[in-house]
Amino acid sequence: MDVATTGLSTGCDLDQGRAGIMRPLLIIACGALAREVGWVIKANGIDGVDLTCLPAELHNYPDRITPEMADKIDANTDKYERIVALYADCGTGGTLDAMLATKNVERIGGPHCYAFYSGEDAFEMMHEDELGTLYLTDYLVRFFDRLIIKGLGIDRHPELRDAYFGNYKRLMYLAQTEDNSLVEKAKDAAATLGLEYAYRFTGYGGLGDFIVEQAKKGHEDADGNNRLLA
Amino acid sequence: MADEEDIVLSELNDEELVQQMHDDLYDGLADEVVEGTEILLSRGWTPYDTLTKALVEGMRIVGIDFRDGILFVPEVLMAANSMKSGMGILRPLLVETGAPKMGKIVIGTVKGDIHDIGKNLVGMMMEGAGFEVVDLGINIDVDKYLAALEEHEPDILGMSALLTTTMPYMKVVIDTMKEKGIRNDYIVLVGGAPLNEAFAENVGADAYCRDAAVAVEIAKEWMSRRQGSALAAT
Repeated sequence: MDVATTGLSTGCDLDQGRAGIMRPLLIIACGALAREVGWVIKANGIDGVDLTCLPAELHNYPDRITPEMADKIDANTDKYERIVALYADCGTGGTLDAMLATKNVERIGGPHCYAFYSGEDAFEMMHEDELGTLYLTDYLVRFFDRLIIKGLGIDRHPELRDAYFGNYKRLMYLAQTEDNSLVEKAKDAAATLGLEYAYRFTGYGGLGDFIVEQAKKGHEDADGNNRLLA
Repeated sequence: MADEEDIVLSELNDEELVQQMHDDLYDGLADEVVEGTEILLSRGWTPYDTLTKALVEGMRIVGIDFRDGILFVPEVLMAANSMKSGMGILRPLLVETGAPKMGKIVIGTVKGDIHDIGKNLVGMMMEGAGFEVVDLGINIDVDKYLAALEEHEPDILGMSALLTTTMPYMKVVIDTMKEKGIRNDYIVLVGGAPLNEAFAENVGADAYCRDAAVAVEIAKEWMSRRQGSALAAT
């Protein structure tokens, strides 16, 4: 298994491909998903898949996602048989899909990771139930202070809290793992933002299905056995 | 070099004071911007000149540095809060003394979306540029937009969305305007983080505004085009 789950703050680069030796599959993911991807790969006994990430901080700068993804694909095209994007639209307004289509790179469906963790229909119901919901995943709970409080400048200017979150009513923690310490952190986050707290366990949802599906696709050896799945 | 605490605003001449207000606005120092505004008024400046030369010009500089990646959203919001504080003093005076009117705009965040930071910045900058602004708020459906157009008879409709999932609603509004035969009665401007020019064109808007300062420039440009056509038709 060749998976990098380190360097979450700046992306998790571990490009195993070398010129002349094509490796089977590269997943280019959001840095906020690196740990989860690692777990799914390990749990499913997938081998020969490499992971590289864009910085999770792009969550706050969606206009940078499409060009940075394009650069990452271009840097790896000659090293891999296939490249897939483990990235939701994430506020790129369709520009990510348009770019991926030109490079023949498939991506996981959905507008954001909340939807592919919880399922699009379930997410839509939650969202309709309360429009003013701030969603946090395990990653966002873990790095709440850095991404939300510091990333949005609330540590320096506490008065901005209500400018950002004044229209929100509740914070929904969409949990990928059952971890009491994260539950407590999520509750603290809700209190910090002055929001009601809600919890839903999602597991890895569509993220797990997507990775397994990609490992199954077109990676058969001469005997018809899949090279990536144990 | 003197510390900022050493600067006594009332001791600065007009030119220095306006320059200092630009700096204070840039640094998000609301109290200082309010003090500067009051000093200029006490020296006989008109509310309109104070607004345009001190506050709007200061925010224009903030807008340029935001576009160039020198300033980020938190700093822009702090600057906007400072301008808002100055506007609080000037708004009633502008009504009393009168100021050039550029036109009227109805703005709102589309249905399903509760984000209003960008919309609020646009509203403030439009007001500063002399537009009468009717802000409908957040989560606005097509019926509310249409009712507001009928009630307020604006020149411009501005729609905002932050989410990829909500931005398509702009097309619902514009298509409904087309069905009712009123689309061309208004300039339709759209904006929001996930939008781009191609999207604006696809939904049938007149223009995409990438930030609040650009929105003001585009609104002015379209208003002058419109007035030009109106004059040409007479």
